[in-house]
Amino acid sequence: MSQAWATHPSQALLRVAERAAKRSRSTGRRRLVLISGLVMLGIAIAAILAAPLLSSYPPNALDVLHPLAPPLTPGHLLGTDQYGRDILARILYGGRIDLAIAFGATSVTLVFGTIVGIVAGYFGGWVDNLLMRIVDLFFAFPFLVLIIAIIAMLGPSIFNMFVAIWITSWVSYARIMRAQTVVAKKQQYVLAARTLGYGRVRVMLRHILPNTASAVIIFSMVDAIGNIILAASLGFLGLGAQPPTPEWGTMISDGQNYILSSWWLATLPGLAIVFVGVAFSLIGDGLADVLRPGER
Amino acid sequence: MSRFGTLPRRLGHLVLIAFGITLVTFFLLRLIPGDPALAILGTSYTHQRAEAIDLALGLNKPIWTQYVLFMGRLFRGNLGYSFFYSLPATTVIGQHLAPTVFLVIYAAVLAAAISLPLGFVSGLRRGGVVDQSTRVFFTVSFAMPAFWLGIILLIVFSVHLHVFPISGFGSGFAGHLYYLFLPALTIAVGFSTVLIRSLRAATIATLQAEFVDTARMKGISRAKVLRRHVFRNAVLAVVAVFGVNLAYLISGTVLVENVFSLPGLGSLLVNSVSNRDYPVVQGVTLLFALLIVAINLLTDLTQSALDPRVGQEIGE
Repeated sequence: MSQAWATHPSQALLRVAERAAKRSRSTGRRRLVLISGLVMLGIAIAAILAAPLLSSYPPNALDVLHPLAPPLTPGHLLGTDQYGRDILARILYGGRIDLAIAFGATSVTLVFGTIVGIVAGYFGGWVDNLLMRIVDLFFAFPFLVLIIAIIAMLGPSIFNMFVAIWITSWVSYARIMRAQTVVAKKQQYVLAARTLGYGRVRVMLRHILPNTASAVIIFSMVDAIGNIILAASLGFLGLGAQPPTPEWGTMISDGQNYILSSWWLATLPGLAIVFVGVAFSLIGDGLADVLRPGER
Repeated sequence: MSRFGTLPRRLGHLVLIAFGITLVTFFLLRLIPGDPALAILGTSYTHQRAEAIDLALGLNKPIWTQYVLFMGRLFRGNLGYSFFYSLPATTVIGQHLAPTVFLVIYAAVLAAAISLPLGFVSGLRRGGVVDQSTRVFFTVSFAMPAFWLGIILLIVFSVHLHVFPISGFGSGFAGHLYYLFLPALTIAVGFSTVLIRSLRAATIATLQAEFVDTARMKGISRAKVLRRHVFRNAVLAVVAVFGVNLAYLISGTVLVENVFSLPGLGSLLVNSVSNRDYPVVQGVTLLFALLIVAINLLTDLTQSALDPRVGQEIGE
């Protein structure tokens, strides 16, 4: 393996998160990062779930008398789009798709990639070789291009967006987990467990996994941001959510036609993405501090 | 061990990857649910046309024969036929190549211009004004979708300040530089995040190296040590990151071309999806992946040329 392949951005970012952990000074300050991230994410999830309470409009209700109303118009806090649909309502309902991707796509790839990585690292030999060559192969493609190609073949839809991410995104977890497992395998506690005659599955699940999982969990926060941006990007390109379904990316795409007169159409949904993204980023940094205190 | 001790092994590895890439792109077509001819033709489906397409795609043969034929055509530079443009896919791809190549190189240069000073200064003065503000800005920009940032830049610089054009590719070298400034900047901002972080870390690590102390003790001035010893070694560490992240540059290009309506491979890819122009999708995917393999090889070579230690650390 060349060094270049090993320094994939996923790992670079993981190291950044770890380094950020070492940098922080007091425990209180470290906890604060995690808590503020969780609070921000909590606010976002609560707002999206409580969309019917926070907005009196359904996301596709037309207000033909007030198209392209600017933000702070009475009755439309964030304004309306070209059909008079309430932007606040559309952002709240649209977030459901983006957050569903953040959790639904990320959790599946986290679990699958972790299993592949731990198996490859623990068994070594040809199993490791075969699995890691498959992983290398996925890394050879530009991620977005491969996702688009898969969606092109399956047909653009929200479900196929999930499928494309499931097919491709587990590889980062597999690579991180394999590296962790290879190191853990040589540790005393694993040797002790094997000497006691424990089976492979038990050693992997009860001994190696609890001691190495923090790396993939921290990375999954970075990955969740990536998946939200991906969902929005595909919506923007017309390959994810289809109009009139509200979704942050499709809203930005719609709004781009009106940037000459109405800046808020394209701008506001993007701010929602940034808000949720920063929340996940803070949670990732905070988790890095809390989960790996020994490495400070 | 010779200077290029592990190079043959790496070359072998890359050949294997390239072979795998052809296999993956070949099987992409197999993901089409149901009958590909039906998917391509849609409402204009007739039995004769379907048979013609099956024949053109080779779908009427056993799958391993199809792969052999696919590889055979590939070595002759044939990526199949674009039903939408009624042209060979290679011709269509060739027509869209220039804007993408220009944009990727432009963005890489801009990213280097942004990252080198900011990353180096952040590493030298940890916790200083530059370090703090850079970190805040790039933490936020990490959560920004590239296409959204592009639209914000359009609103500010094109719609309100009238500094840059809203879309188009321009003509002549200077025209391209002017028209592609905002698209390239959009990609460069996202790309800089990773570069600045790694350069900052590399600078901090290099400052602690013993050879820096030695140089200072020999009486060399601080400025000269920073320039000749610290900067050179720190930049070296970034070369690897730069090469690997070109994959990200390409992903950025796909999005940004669609924001700024540039006639490049990214727009072609997305349009071909809605046109169900499968051979073009296949071709663009293959081209991008092979490009990344080639660039990774170049990065490896550059690294071992710049730093003879690199080739020797690698052998696992």
